[in-house]
Amino acid sequence: MIRFKHSEHEKHDMEIWIGNLLRFGVMISAGVVLIGGALYLKQFGQLPTHYDQFHGEPNFLTHIVGVLEGVQRFNSEAIIQFGLLLLIATPIFRVLFSVFAFAVERDWLYVVITIVVFILLLTSLLGFSLG
Amino acid sequence: MIIFHQTYLIGIGAFVAGFLGALTGLGGGVVLVPLLTLVFDVQIRYAIGASLVSVIATSSGAASAYVKEGFTNLRVGMLLEIGTVTGALIGASIAPWVSPELIAIIFGLVLIHSAIVSRHPRQPKDIPQHPDKLAAALNLDSTYPTPQGPEHYYIQSVPGGFGLMAVAGILSSLLGIGSGALKVIAMDQVMKIPFKVSTTTSNFMIGVTAAASAGIYLSRGYIDPGLAFPVMLGVLSGSLLGAMVLTKVRSEILRIVFSVVILGLGIEMIINGLTGRFG
Repeated sequence: MIRFKHSEHEKHDMEIWIGNLLRFGVMISAGVVLIGGALYLKQFGQLPTHYDQFHGEPNFLTHIVGVLEGVQRFNSEAIIQFGLLLLIATPIFRVLFSVFAFAVERDWLYVVITIVVFILLLTSLLGFSLG
Repeated sequence: MIIFHQTYLIGIGAFVAGFLGALTGLGGGVVLVPLLTLVFDVQIRYAIGASLVSVIATSSGAASAYVKEGFTNLRVGMLLEIGTVTGALIGASIAPWVSPELIAIIFGLVLIHSAIVSRHPRQPKDIPQHPDKLAAALNLDSTYPTPQGPEHYYIQSVPGGFGLMAVAGILSSLLGIGSGALKVIAMDQVMKIPFKVSTTTSNFMIGVTAAASAGIYLSRGYIDPGLAFPVMLGVLSGSLLGAMVLTKVRSEILRIVFSVVILGLGIEMIINGLTGRFG
Protein backbone atom coordinates (compact mmCIF):
# COMPACT_ATOMS: atom_id res chain seq x y z
CA MET A 1 0.00 0.00 0.00
CA ILE A 2 2.79 2.39 0.89
CA ARG A 3 4.57 1.48 -2.32
CA PHE A 4 1.41 2.25 -4.29
CA LYS A 5 1.05 5.65 -2.67
CA HIS A 6 4.68 6.36 -3.37
CA SER A 7 4.34 5.63 -7.09
CA GLU A 8 1.12 7.68 -7.30
CA HIS A 9 3.05 10.51 -5.75
CA GLU A 10 5.86 10.20 -8.27
CA LYS A 11 3.35 10.15 -11.12
CA HIS A 12 1.86 13.38 -9.84
CA ASP A 13 5.34 14.91 -9.57
CA MET A 14 5.98 14.02 -13.18
CA GLU A 15 2.69 15.64 -14.21
CA ILE A 16 3.67 18.82 -12.37
CA TRP A 17 7.05 18.73 -14.04
CA ILE A 18 5.39 18.38 -17.45
CA GLY A 19 3.03 21.24 -16.58
CA ASN A 20 5.93 23.48 -15.70
CA LEU A 21 7.68 22.48 -18.89
CA LEU A 22 4.59 23.56 -20.85
CA ARG A 23 4.55 26.92 -19.13
CA PHE A 24 8.25 27.31 -19.77
CA GLY A 25 7.68 26.53 -23.48
CA VAL A 26 4.93 29.15 -23.69
CA MET A 27 7.09 31.78 -21.98
CA ILE A 28 10.08 31.10 -24.27
CA SER A 29 7.91 31.32 -27.37
CA ALA A 30 6.22 34.49 -26.10
CA GLY A 31 9.69 36.00 -25.56
CA VAL A 32 10.79 35.13 -29.11
CA VAL A 33 7.51 36.49 -30.53
CA LEU A 34 7.97 39.70 -28.52
CA ILE A 35 11.48 40.27 -29.88
CA GLY A 36 10.36 39.55 -33.44
CA GLY A 37 7.28 41.75 -32.99
CA ALA A 38 9.30 44.71 -31.73
CA LEU A 39 11.65 44.40 -34.72
CA TYR A 40 8.67 44.08 -37.06
CA LEU A 41 7.07 47.27 -35.75
CA LYS A 42 10.37 49.13 -36.02
CA GLN A 43 10.69 48.08 -39.67
CA PHE A 44 7.10 48.19 -40.89
CA GLY A 45 5.15 50.11 -38.23
CA GLN A 46 4.58 53.16 -40.41
CA LEU A 47 3.23 51.25 -43.43
CA PRO A 48 -0.51 51.01 -44.12
CA THR A 49 -2.34 47.85 -42.93
CA HIS A 50 -3.13 45.04 -45.33
CA TYR A 51 -5.27 42.36 -43.69
CA ASP A 52 -8.59 43.08 -45.39
CA GLN A 53 -7.67 40.84 -48.33
CA PHE A 54 -6.38 37.30 -48.08
CA HIS A 55 -3.31 36.60 -50.19
CA GLY A 56 -1.45 34.01 -48.12
CA GLU A 57 2.02 34.38 -46.68
CA PRO A 58 5.30 34.57 -48.62
CA ASN A 59 6.60 31.06 -49.18
CA PHE A 60 9.49 31.18 -46.71
CA LEU A 61 7.11 31.86 -43.82
CA THR A 62 5.07 28.73 -44.42
CA HIS A 63 7.57 25.95 -43.66
CA ILE A 64 10.11 25.16 -40.97
CA VAL A 65 13.26 25.35 -43.11
CA GLY A 66 12.25 28.70 -44.61
CA VAL A 67 11.51 30.13 -41.18
CA LEU A 68 14.88 28.98 -39.81
CA GLU A 69 16.70 30.52 -42.78
CA GLY A 70 14.76 33.73 -42.19
CA VAL A 71 15.81 33.76 -38.52
CA GLN A 72 19.46 33.51 -39.62
CA ARG A 73 18.93 36.59 -41.83
CA PHE A 74 17.39 38.26 -38.75
CA ASN A 75 14.12 38.71 -40.63
CA SER A 76 11.55 40.02 -38.12
CA GLU A 77 8.59 38.08 -39.55
CA ALA A 78 10.59 34.85 -39.53
CA ILE A 79 11.53 35.43 -35.86
CA ILE A 80 7.84 35.81 -34.94
CA GLN A 81 7.00 32.72 -36.97
CA PHE A 82 9.81 30.81 -35.20
CA GLY A 83 8.27 31.77 -31.84
CA LEU A 84 4.89 30.53 -33.08
CA LEU A 85 6.47 27.25 -34.20
CA LEU A 86 7.90 26.82 -30.69
CA LEU A 87 4.41 27.42 -29.34
CA ILE A 88 2.85 24.84 -31.67
CA ALA A 89 5.58 22.39 -30.62
CA THR A 90 4.79 22.76 -26.89
CA PRO A 91 1.66 20.55 -26.71
CA ILE A 92 3.32 18.14 -29.13
CA PHE A 93 6.17 17.77 -26.63
CA ARG A 94 3.66 17.12 -23.90
CA VAL A 95 2.22 14.25 -25.93
CA LEU A 96 5.74 12.89 -26.50
CA PHE A 97 6.48 12.98 -22.76
CA SER A 98 3.19 11.21 -22.09
CA VAL A 99 4.46 8.31 -24.25
CA PHE A 100 7.33 7.91 -21.78
CA ALA A 101 5.05 8.38 -18.78
CA PHE A 102 2.81 5.52 -19.96
CA ALA A 103 5.86 3.39 -20.80
CA VAL A 104 7.15 3.83 -17.24
CA GLU A 105 3.78 2.52 -16.01
CA ARG A 106 4.06 -0.37 -18.54
CA ASP A 107 0.66 0.64 -19.92
CA TRP A 108 1.34 -0.48 -23.49
CA LEU A 109 -2.19 0.16 -24.77
CA TYR A 110 -1.77 3.85 -23.93
CA VAL A 111 1.78 3.93 -25.24
CA VAL A 112 0.33 2.91 -28.62
CA ILE A 113 -2.62 5.35 -28.39
CA THR A 114 -0.31 8.23 -27.48
CA ILE A 115 2.11 7.38 -30.29
CA VAL A 116 -0.83 7.50 -32.73
CA VAL A 117 -1.72 11.01 -31.49
CA PHE A 118 1.94 12.03 -31.72
CA ILE A 119 2.26 10.82 -35.32
CA LEU A 120 -0.94 12.62 -36.33
CA LEU A 121 0.42 15.85 -34.81
CA LEU A 122 3.80 15.42 -36.47
CA THR A 123 2.29 14.98 -39.94
CA SER A 124 0.38 18.21 -39.41
CA LEU A 125 3.43 20.14 -38.22
CA LEU A 126 5.41 18.92 -41.21
CA GLY A 127 2.69 20.43 -43.36
CA PHE A 128 1.03 17.34 -44.75
CA SER A 129 -2.72 17.60 -44.95
CA LEU A 130 -5.37 15.16 -46.02
CA GLY A 131 -6.47 17.25 -48.99
CA MET B 1 -4.55 53.08 -40.45
CA ILE B 2 -0.84 52.31 -40.13
CA ILE B 3 0.44 48.96 -38.86
CA PHE B 4 1.74 50.41 -35.59
CA HIS B 5 -1.65 51.72 -34.51
CA GLN B 6 -3.52 48.62 -35.61
CA THR B 7 -1.08 46.34 -33.76
CA TYR B 8 -1.52 48.41 -30.63
CA LEU B 9 -5.33 48.32 -30.80
CA ILE B 10 -5.50 44.61 -31.67
CA GLY B 11 -3.15 43.89 -28.75
CA ILE B 12 -5.50 45.69 -26.35
CA GLY B 13 -8.57 43.97 -27.81
CA ALA B 14 -6.89 40.56 -27.54
CA PHE B 15 -5.88 41.31 -23.95
CA VAL B 16 -9.48 42.11 -22.99
CA ALA B 17 -10.74 39.00 -24.82
CA GLY B 18 -8.23 36.77 -23.01
CA PHE B 19 -8.96 38.41 -19.65
CA LEU B 20 -12.74 38.00 -19.92
CA GLY B 21 -12.37 34.53 -21.41
CA ALA B 22 -10.34 33.31 -18.44
CA LEU B 23 -12.50 35.09 -15.89
CA THR B 24 -15.77 33.68 -17.19
CA GLY B 25 -14.40 30.29 -18.20
CA LEU B 26 -15.82 30.76 -21.68
CA GLY B 27 -12.42 31.04 -23.37
CA GLY B 28 -11.01 34.00 -25.31
CA GLY B 29 -11.00 32.23 -28.67
CA VAL B 30 -14.70 32.60 -29.35
CA VAL B 31 -14.66 36.39 -29.30
CA LEU B 32 -11.32 36.87 -31.06
CA VAL B 33 -12.37 36.03 -34.59
CA PRO B 34 -15.53 38.21 -34.44
CA LEU B 35 -13.42 41.01 -32.92
CA LEU B 36 -10.79 40.82 -35.66
CA THR B 37 -13.24 40.46 -38.55
CA LEU B 38 -16.06 42.78 -37.44
CA VAL B 39 -14.04 45.52 -35.72
CA PHE B 40 -10.65 45.44 -37.43
CA ASP B 41 -11.81 44.31 -40.87
CA VAL B 42 -9.31 41.45 -40.92
CA GLN B 43 -10.00 38.76 -43.54
CA ILE B 44 -11.53 35.78 -41.74
CA ARG B 45 -8.80 33.28 -42.72
CA TYR B 46 -6.06 35.44 -41.17
CA ALA B 47 -8.26 35.93 -38.10
CA ILE B 48 -8.71 32.16 -37.69
CA GLY B 49 -4.95 31.55 -38.00
CA ALA B 50 -4.10 34.15 -35.35
CA SER B 51 -6.85 32.92 -33.04
CA LEU B 52 -5.66 29.29 -33.21
CA VAL B 53 -2.18 30.32 -32.11
CA SER B 54 -3.56 32.17 -29.10
CA VAL B 55 -5.70 29.15 -28.17
CA ILE B 56 -2.55 27.03 -27.88
CA ALA B 57 -0.89 29.70 -25.75
CA THR B 58 -3.72 29.94 -23.22
CA SER B 59 -4.25 26.17 -23.02
CA SER B 60 -0.57 25.42 -22.39
CA GLY B 61 -0.15 28.42 -20.11
CA ALA B 62 -3.01 27.28 -17.89
CA ALA B 63 -2.05 23.59 -17.92
CA SER B 64 0.44 23.75 -15.06
CA ALA B 65 -2.17 25.25 -12.75
CA TYR B 66 -4.69 22.52 -13.61
CA VAL B 67 -2.17 19.69 -13.32
CA LYS B 68 -1.41 20.63 -9.71
CA GLU B 69 -5.05 20.07 -8.79
CA GLY B 70 -4.81 16.48 -10.01
CA PHE B 71 -8.12 16.38 -11.90
CA THR B 72 -6.91 15.70 -15.44
CA ASN B 73 -7.61 12.17 -16.68
CA LEU B 74 -4.70 11.70 -19.06
CA ARG B 75 -5.99 8.38 -20.47
CA VAL B 76 -9.37 9.85 -21.37
CA GLY B 77 -7.65 12.92 -22.83
CA MET B 78 -5.25 10.91 -24.93
CA LEU B 79 -7.85 8.46 -26.24
CA LEU B 80 -10.23 11.28 -27.20
CA GLU B 81 -7.34 13.21 -28.77
CA ILE B 82 -7.34 10.64 -31.57
CA GLY B 83 -10.87 11.88 -32.30
CA THR B 84 -10.21 15.62 -31.98
CA VAL B 85 -6.89 15.55 -33.84
CA THR B 86 -8.39 13.53 -36.71
CA GLY B 87 -11.28 16.01 -36.77
CA ALA B 88 -8.82 18.92 -36.74
CA LEU B 89 -6.86 17.46 -39.67
CA ILE B 90 -10.12 17.00 -41.62
CA GLY B 91 -11.26 20.55 -40.77
CA ALA B 92 -7.95 22.14 -41.73
CA SER B 93 -7.89 20.13 -44.94
CA ILE B 94 -11.36 21.20 -46.10
CA ALA B 95 -10.98 24.80 -44.85
CA PRO B 96 -9.75 26.26 -48.17
CA TRP B 97 -12.89 24.98 -49.90
CA VAL B 98 -15.32 26.32 -47.35
CA SER B 99 -16.41 29.85 -48.29
CA PRO B 100 -15.80 32.67 -45.78
CA GLU B 101 -19.58 33.31 -45.72
CA LEU B 102 -20.30 29.74 -44.62
CA ILE B 103 -17.52 29.89 -42.01
CA ALA B 104 -19.05 33.11 -40.64
CA ILE B 105 -22.50 31.51 -40.40
CA ILE B 106 -21.20 28.36 -38.66
CA PHE B 107 -19.20 30.61 -36.35
CA GLY B 108 -22.32 32.58 -35.48
CA LEU B 109 -24.24 29.41 -34.65
CA VAL B 110 -21.41 28.17 -32.41
CA LEU B 111 -21.34 31.56 -30.62
CA ILE B 112 -25.08 31.49 -30.02
CA HIS B 113 -24.77 27.91 -28.77
CA SER B 114 -22.04 28.78 -26.25
CA ALA B 115 -23.99 31.83 -25.07
CA ILE B 116 -27.04 29.63 -24.39
CA VAL B 117 -24.99 26.85 -22.76
CA SER B 118 -23.29 29.34 -20.45
CA ARG B 119 -26.66 30.67 -19.21
CA HIS B 120 -28.36 27.29 -18.99
CA PRO B 121 -27.87 25.64 -15.60
CA ARG B 122 -25.88 22.43 -15.91
CA GLN B 123 -28.12 19.37 -16.22
CA PRO B 124 -27.87 17.24 -13.10
CA LYS B 125 -26.67 13.84 -14.25
CA ASP B 126 -27.04 10.44 -12.65
CA ILE B 127 -23.70 9.21 -11.45
CA PRO B 128 -23.02 5.79 -12.99
CA GLN B 129 -22.72 3.10 -10.31
CA HIS B 130 -21.45 0.31 -12.56
CA PRO B 131 -18.52 0.12 -14.95
CA ASP B 132 -19.12 0.26 -18.68
CA LYS B 133 -17.47 -2.69 -20.49
CA LEU B 134 -15.60 -0.67 -23.10
CA ALA B 135 -14.50 2.03 -20.65
CA ALA B 136 -13.24 -0.66 -18.26
CA ALA B 137 -11.41 -2.48 -21.05
CA LEU B 138 -9.75 0.81 -21.99
CA ASN B 139 -8.83 1.38 -18.34
CA LEU B 140 -10.53 4.81 -18.34
CA ASP B 141 -12.20 4.74 -14.91
CA SER B 142 -10.30 6.71 -12.32
CA THR B 143 -10.50 8.80 -9.15
CA TYR B 144 -10.37 12.49 -8.46
CA PRO B 145 -9.47 14.33 -5.24
CA THR B 146 -12.23 15.63 -2.96
CA PRO B 147 -12.02 17.04 0.58
CA GLN B 148 -13.24 13.60 1.75
CA GLY B 149 -10.43 11.80 -0.06
CA PRO B 150 -10.23 10.32 -3.58
CA GLU B 151 -13.61 9.69 -5.21
CA HIS B 152 -13.94 6.90 -7.77
CA TYR B 153 -15.88 7.41 -11.02
CA TYR B 154 -17.06 5.22 -13.90
CA ILE B 155 -17.09 6.42 -17.49
CA GLN B 156 -19.90 5.71 -19.98
CA SER B 157 -20.60 5.97 -23.74
CA VAL B 158 -17.03 6.06 -25.05
CA PRO B 159 -18.03 5.85 -28.76
CA GLY B 160 -20.57 8.70 -28.38
CA GLY B 161 -18.03 10.92 -26.64
CA PHE B 162 -15.42 10.04 -29.23
CA GLY B 163 -17.73 11.00 -32.10
CA LEU B 164 -18.60 14.33 -30.52
CA MET B 165 -14.89 14.98 -30.02
CA ALA B 166 -14.30 14.51 -33.75
CA VAL B 167 -16.96 17.18 -34.40
CA ALA B 168 -15.26 19.43 -31.82
CA GLY B 169 -11.96 18.91 -33.67
CA ILE B 170 -13.49 19.88 -37.04
CA LEU B 171 -15.08 23.02 -35.57
CA SER B 172 -11.89 23.92 -33.72
CA SER B 173 -9.81 23.94 -36.88
CA LEU B 174 -12.46 25.39 -39.16
CA LEU B 175 -13.15 28.32 -36.82
CA GLY B 176 -9.85 28.75 -34.96
CA ILE B 177 -11.39 28.21 -31.54
CA GLY B 178 -10.71 25.80 -28.67
CA SER B 179 -14.18 24.17 -28.83
CA GLY B 180 -13.96 23.87 -25.05
CA ALA B 181 -17.73 24.07 -24.55
CA LEU B 182 -18.41 21.11 -26.84
CA LYS B 183 -15.54 19.08 -25.37
CA VAL B 184 -16.90 19.58 -21.87
CA ILE B 185 -20.41 18.57 -23.01
CA ALA B 186 -18.99 15.39 -24.57
CA MET B 187 -17.22 14.40 -21.36
CA ASP B 188 -19.60 15.77 -18.72
CA GLN B 189 -22.98 14.98 -20.28
CA VAL B 190 -22.30 12.07 -22.65
CA MET B 191 -19.50 10.18 -20.91
CA LYS B 192 -20.73 11.13 -17.39
CA ILE B 193 -17.28 12.24 -16.26
CA PRO B 194 -17.25 14.50 -13.14
CA PHE B 195 -17.44 18.17 -14.15
CA LYS B 196 -14.06 19.26 -12.79
CA VAL B 197 -12.33 16.34 -14.46
CA SER B 198 -14.13 17.24 -17.72
CA THR B 199 -13.06 20.89 -17.69
CA THR B 200 -9.40 20.26 -16.84
CA THR B 201 -9.08 17.37 -19.28
CA SER B 202 -10.73 19.59 -21.91
CA ASN B 203 -8.14 22.30 -21.30
CA PHE B 204 -5.34 19.80 -21.88
CA MET B 205 -6.99 18.61 -25.09
CA ILE B 206 -7.60 22.11 -26.48
CA GLY B 207 -3.87 22.82 -26.92
CA VAL B 208 -3.19 19.52 -28.64
CA THR B 209 -6.19 19.90 -30.98
CA ALA B 210 -5.24 23.46 -31.91
CA ALA B 211 -1.61 22.44 -32.51
CA ALA B 212 -2.82 19.87 -35.06
CA SER B 213 -4.61 22.49 -37.18
CA ALA B 214 -2.04 25.24 -36.61
CA GLY B 215 0.66 23.21 -38.36
CA ILE B 216 -1.48 22.90 -41.49
CA TYR B 217 -2.59 26.54 -41.35
CA LEU B 218 1.01 27.68 -41.09
CA SER B 219 1.91 25.74 -44.22
CA ARG B 220 -1.15 27.15 -46.01
CA GLY B 221 -0.08 30.73 -45.28
CA TYR B 222 -3.02 31.54 -42.95
CA ILE B 223 -0.79 32.56 -40.05
CA ASP B 224 0.49 36.09 -40.57
CA PRO B 225 3.26 36.99 -38.14
CA GLY B 226 2.39 40.70 -38.04
CA LEU B 227 -1.18 39.89 -37.01
CA ALA B 228 -0.52 36.81 -34.88
CA PHE B 229 1.98 38.51 -32.60
CA PRO B 230 -0.26 41.13 -30.95
CA VAL B 231 -3.09 38.58 -30.78
CA MET B 232 -0.97 35.90 -29.11
CA LEU B 233 0.77 38.23 -26.64
CA GLY B 234 -2.48 40.05 -25.84
CA VAL B 235 -4.58 36.95 -25.24
CA LEU B 236 -1.82 35.21 -23.28
CA SER B 237 -1.20 38.11 -20.89
CA GLY B 238 -4.93 38.79 -20.56
CA SER B 239 -5.76 35.19 -19.70
CA LEU B 240 -2.87 34.87 -17.23
CA LEU B 241 -4.10 37.99 -15.44
CA GLY B 242 -7.67 36.70 -15.60
CA ALA B 243 -6.63 33.40 -14.00
CA MET B 244 -4.80 35.32 -11.24
CA VAL B 245 -7.76 37.48 -10.21
CA LEU B 246 -10.27 34.70 -10.86
CA THR B 247 -10.69 33.79 -7.21
CA LYS B 248 -10.99 37.40 -6.09
CA VAL B 249 -13.98 38.61 -8.08
CA ARG B 250 -17.58 37.55 -8.29
CA SER B 251 -17.79 36.47 -11.87
CA GLU B 252 -21.53 35.82 -12.17
CA ILE B 253 -22.46 39.30 -13.44
CA LEU B 254 -19.46 39.23 -15.73
CA ARG B 255 -20.58 35.88 -17.12
CA ILE B 256 -24.01 37.30 -17.92
CA VAL B 257 -22.54 40.34 -19.65
CA PHE B 258 -20.02 38.26 -21.56
CA SER B 259 -22.62 35.75 -22.74
CA VAL B 260 -24.81 38.61 -23.99
CA VAL B 261 -21.80 39.97 -25.88
CA ILE B 262 -21.18 36.51 -27.36
CA LEU B 263 -24.85 36.23 -28.38
CA GLY B 264 -24.68 39.63 -30.08
CA LEU B 265 -21.47 38.75 -31.90
CA GLY B 266 -23.04 35.47 -33.04
CA ILE B 267 -26.02 37.25 -34.60
CA GLU B 268 -23.69 39.82 -36.17
CA MET B 269 -21.52 37.07 -37.69
CA ILE B 270 -24.55 35.32 -39.21
CA ILE B 271 -25.93 38.57 -40.65
CA ASN B 272 -22.56 39.44 -42.15
CA GLY B 273 -22.20 35.92 -43.52
CA LEU B 274 -25.66 36.01 -45.12
CA THR B 275 -25.13 39.45 -46.66
CA GLY B 276 -21.77 38.37 -48.06
CA ARG B 277 -19.66 40.92 -46.22
CA PHE B 278 -16.87 38.41 -45.70
CA GLY B 279 -16.42 37.68 -49.39
